[in-house]
Amino acid sequence: MADITVIGAGVAGLWAAWALSKAGLTARLIDRRGPPGPHGCSWWAGGMLAPFCEGAVAEPPIVTHGERAAAAWAEVTEVTRHGSLVVALERDRGELARFARRTQGHEQVSDALRDLEPGLPGPAEALFFAAESHLDPRRALADLVAALAARGVQIEQAETSPDDIAGPVIDARGMASPLPGLRGVRGEMATLRARDISLTRPVRLLHPRHPLYIVPRAGGHYMVGATQIESMDRRGISARSVLELLSAAYALDPRFGEAELVETGADLRPAFADNVPHLIRRGRVLHLNGLFRHGYLMAPALAQQAADYLTQGIKGDLFHED
Amino acid sequence: MRDFYGTAIDTPLMLGTAQYPSPEIMERAFHASGASVATVSLRREAGQGQALWDVIRGLGVHVLPNTAGCHNAREAITTARMAREVFETNWIKLEVIGHADTLQPDPFGLLEAAEVLAAEGFEIFPYTTEDQILAQRLVDAGCRVLMPLGAPIGSGLGLNNRYGLKTLRAAFPDIPLVVDAGLGLPSHAAAAMELGYDAVLLNTAVAQAGDPVAMARAFGLAAQAGALATAADPMEPRDMAAPSTPVIGKAWL
Repeated sequence: MADITVIGAGVAGLWAAWALSKAGLTARLIDRRGPPGPHGCSWWAGGMLAPFCEGAVAEPPIVTHGERAAAAWAEVTEVTRHGSLVVALERDRGELARFARRTQGHEQVSDALRDLEPGLPGPAEALFFAAESHLDPRRALADLVAALAARGVQIEQAETSPDDIAGPVIDARGMASPLPGLRGVRGEMATLRARDISLTRPVRLLHPRHPLYIVPRAGGHYMVGATQIESMDRRGISARSVLELLSAAYALDPRFGEAELVETGADLRPAFADNVPHLIRRGRVLHLNGLFRHGYLMAPALAQQAADYLTQGIKGDLFHED
Repeated sequence: MRDFYGTAIDTPLMLGTAQYPSPEIMERAFHASGASVATVSLRREAGQGQALWDVIRGLGVHVLPNTAGCHNAREAITTARMAREVFETNWIKLEVIGHADTLQPDPFGLLEAAEVLAAEGFEIFPYTTEDQILAQRLVDAGCRVLMPLGAPIGSGLGLNNRYGLKTLRAAFPDIPLVVDAGLGLPSHAAAAMELGYDAVLLNTAVAQAGDPVAMARAFGLAAQAGALATAADPMEPRDMAAPSTPVIGKAWL
């Protein structure tokens, strides 16, 4: 019999199983839909590991834990450590100054911008966050599944809840978990294929109305995202969001106008009121939830704190007792 | 203090509920500001966002739904009717946007929507320009509150047309007036209150500040300071210097 049962095989559950396995515990991993796929919000993520940029609005734990995410991920998947860029259109230069005031770990670049991203036509200056990185979320999930399989942890497909299981349980079901105070924040994304554009790192466009980020993926693909809507609506991306995202991408680089729209998607990110992930113990169930828009950034730290608690009783800063 | 459709509010601050870093920060900002009214949007933000709506309801303030993002009278009327169902109030902040870039109100669409909604028993808070003629037409249509803009929405420019706002106050001494939109600093809020306005409404300046909770408190204090100053009957500015200590009777030393 396994020491711990993990329910939910999204980025949080996979990381929990991985951290437990590395800590010497045997884990069972169950998900009602099986391996990660379009049914979970981890599938639709951008894959930016950008703790400093997120720090412009997020609480301090996101920055401090997020700084170690790239190293943690590099153990299981390919992490591109090229830094990230933040730009604004000419008329919104004030936004760039404000973002610079509210973040750390950046340098202002103007001429050097052409060396960093020679293809980027628009902005004259940018903030360069050299220590940030990115990964391909779907590949990262597959690599994590494979790494777990190599340690003998298979994902069992079964409909289950903590009540059905004897012994300690980690509940990482995200929105499916009936936790008080948990809400869904809708996010929407599009993937474009533009063979003539060659960005090598994520670019964020600060815009008073339509902020945007573009994350490069293999084969000339670019993930475009940024909408954040307080809504539990799970339907596909709205026409308005497509217009906004693509207009902003076009403003950044007109060549996106000729790109192929390969995919769109939308899903809910589980979040608590402070938009910070928490580890909540309720009896024999440990909840890992509320990763909001920081799933890939925060899953390693959250999982590590879960493993530290279960093996040594250490209560980290994300730990709460209900 | 003038009341809003029969409802007295405790403090002259109305706060929006969008764009905060988190619902928790929004909640703390409301408490720090002492705001007595929360505006909520039915479009997108509140679509099915029950959880956020629960937080807003828990604030213990009056809820003022708006028709943000509506670009013609018909859209605004439909949104207002939906808002009445969802939020169970006759209050509606009527916003009909005339231009996508500047977000200026469309005066003609606004009046058209106000006439329809007033007939249906809505208590309208029209987001308007400081134009006096439009204001009169809105009052004729049944509006008993007017909300002229200080500056374009989200611009933080403050009171762009002090003369217009002052004239409006003089023209409508009995109608509650609220400066809505464009405020960037607490001093803008105080200035609006010193013009004799009854309240100020803002969102971006607080929600997008580096520390929204501290900024909310600053706006709350400034709005109350302005209101106190107006009630205290401020002196008239004058060109001549006037010594506050009389010269006659000074001791010869």
